[in-house]
Amino acid sequence: MTLIAAAHVCVRFGATEVLHDISLTVSKGEIVTILGPNGSGKSTLLRALLGIVPVAEGRITRAPGLKIGYVPQKLTIDRTMPITVRRFLSLPARVSDAAAAGALARVGMAGHEADQMTALSGGQQQRVLLARALLGAPQLLMLDEPTQGLDQPGEAAFYRLIEEVRRDTGAAVLMISHDLHVVMAASDRVICLNGHICCEGTPRVVSNAPEYRALFGLGTQGALALYRHDHDHGHEGGPHHHDHDHDHQRGRHEHDHA
Amino acid sequence: MLDDFLLRAGLAAIGLSLATGPLGSFVVWRRMAYFGDATAHAAILGVALALATDLPIGLGTLTVALAMAVTVAGLSARGWAMDTTLGVLAHSALAFGLVAVSFFPAVRTNLSSYLFGDILAVSRGELALVWLGSFAVLALLVWRWQALLTATLSEDLAHAAGIRPDRERLVLVLALALVVAVALKIVGALLIAAMLIIPAATARGLARTPEAMAALAAAAGAASGLGGLGLSLWQDTPTGPSIIVVAAGLFALVSLRRPG
Repeated sequence: MTLIAAAHVCVRFGATEVLHDISLTVSKGEIVTILGPNGSGKSTLLRALLGIVPVAEGRITRAPGLKIGYVPQKLTIDRTMPITVRRFLSLPARVSDAAAAGALARVGMAGHEADQMTALSGGQQQRVLLARALLGAPQLLMLDEPTQGLDQPGEAAFYRLIEEVRRDTGAAVLMISHDLHVVMAASDRVICLNGHICCEGTPRVVSNAPEYRALFGLGTQGALALYRHDHDHGHEGGPHHHDHDHDHQRGRHEHDHA
Repeated sequence: MLDDFLLRAGLAAIGLSLATGPLGSFVVWRRMAYFGDATAHAAILGVALALATDLPIGLGTLTVALAMAVTVAGLSARGWAMDTTLGVLAHSALAFGLVAVSFFPAVRTNLSSYLFGDILAVSRGELALVWLGSFAVLALLVWRWQALLTATLSEDLAHAAGIRPDRERLVLVLALALVVAVALKIVGALLIAAMLIIPAATARGLARTPEAMAALAAAAGAASGLGGLGLSLWQDTPTGPSIIVVAAGLFALVSLRRPG
């Protein structure tokens, strides 16, 4: 069953076309990742699907009564606003204490009800955002680079959590990432975006597609090789030196944070 | 029993605080301080309009404050350089207002009552209007509370939940114009923004939830109102500014009590 579908969607900011002829669907229970470099329109695509950004051409259709849980890239709460984790979970719909406690336990944040939102670390805040999204019993979770600012173990843990959520609730997941590690490990399908859809398919198919390699260049091939080194010994590919790969990977991360 | 002017003044201050506490909290959270200033300053222009057209002062202020607030909200939605734009609007509204009212000799003589309020002269009818207006603002905010809070935290989260942030912003704009119309008589055009911001800032240091902050801001506003009346009687100082002096004193106390 298709939960959300975009058909030939174009988005323009002024005269600039940010997204061109995007067609995609997300079906029940699948994990789809949108992958692309900075400025490729990933966030805009997610925001268009959510109805935040108006669509210039094309159509977005949602399954009737579709419940979406949205986890933004980062939530910057103004320090002038006092708000506890418990209170935050009751926005926009009030939830019972039991439901709130359950959702916090689900994301590994049990007992943090009384904490101030502004006192949480980045990883904790993402978990609370996920808990809030889960409280709406969503059929589709939309996550915009939910692990930005987390260290690698934190990132891996967060995506394991996403997979668990999918397994337990059956919710489909549409998320944005720029991290191939994550895509390889946790997605059924990857959509490679750079203003338009360059290629799509299973993570393995996309990682071998020339469009993908052209888009991400050598740095990511380093990361890809590292990934294979770590997780996929049977398919060990081209010759590479361990330190060499680390350098590439670090370089890429600096680029992403710039 | 409402014959005593002091009693009426006290009740007016308490009534106004019911609205300024919660609304002021939103002004602080959304960094709308200058926005409040622009709207409040426009009230003087409203006074001139009311005098020129023989309308009640309250209606004139409400109309002009609403027009100003809608203009500012519209400009901010279009992404103008808000700091500068608001500065231009706030100060020109005040200047135009002052020039306009100078054509009415009656106002010229007691201009300061519009600038700094005249709470001791609040009549029964005006007291009723203050409470009515405050209740209207409070009811509006309570009704939209969950959506307003969500939109204030994050417009994207609000959108994703089917809330329209622009509509919620309009609710605040409307509430602000109402408060300006109601507060003009009590603290005056120059100090309305202070009445919104200072009690809310005071409450911030003591609250752990938005609701607590709004309630404490209302309490701090009411305490400032009564304290300011007392100060004004005791030292024969102008009442409007005295209210703000007490509010500022409370803020300083709370800030000193809680480092950071």
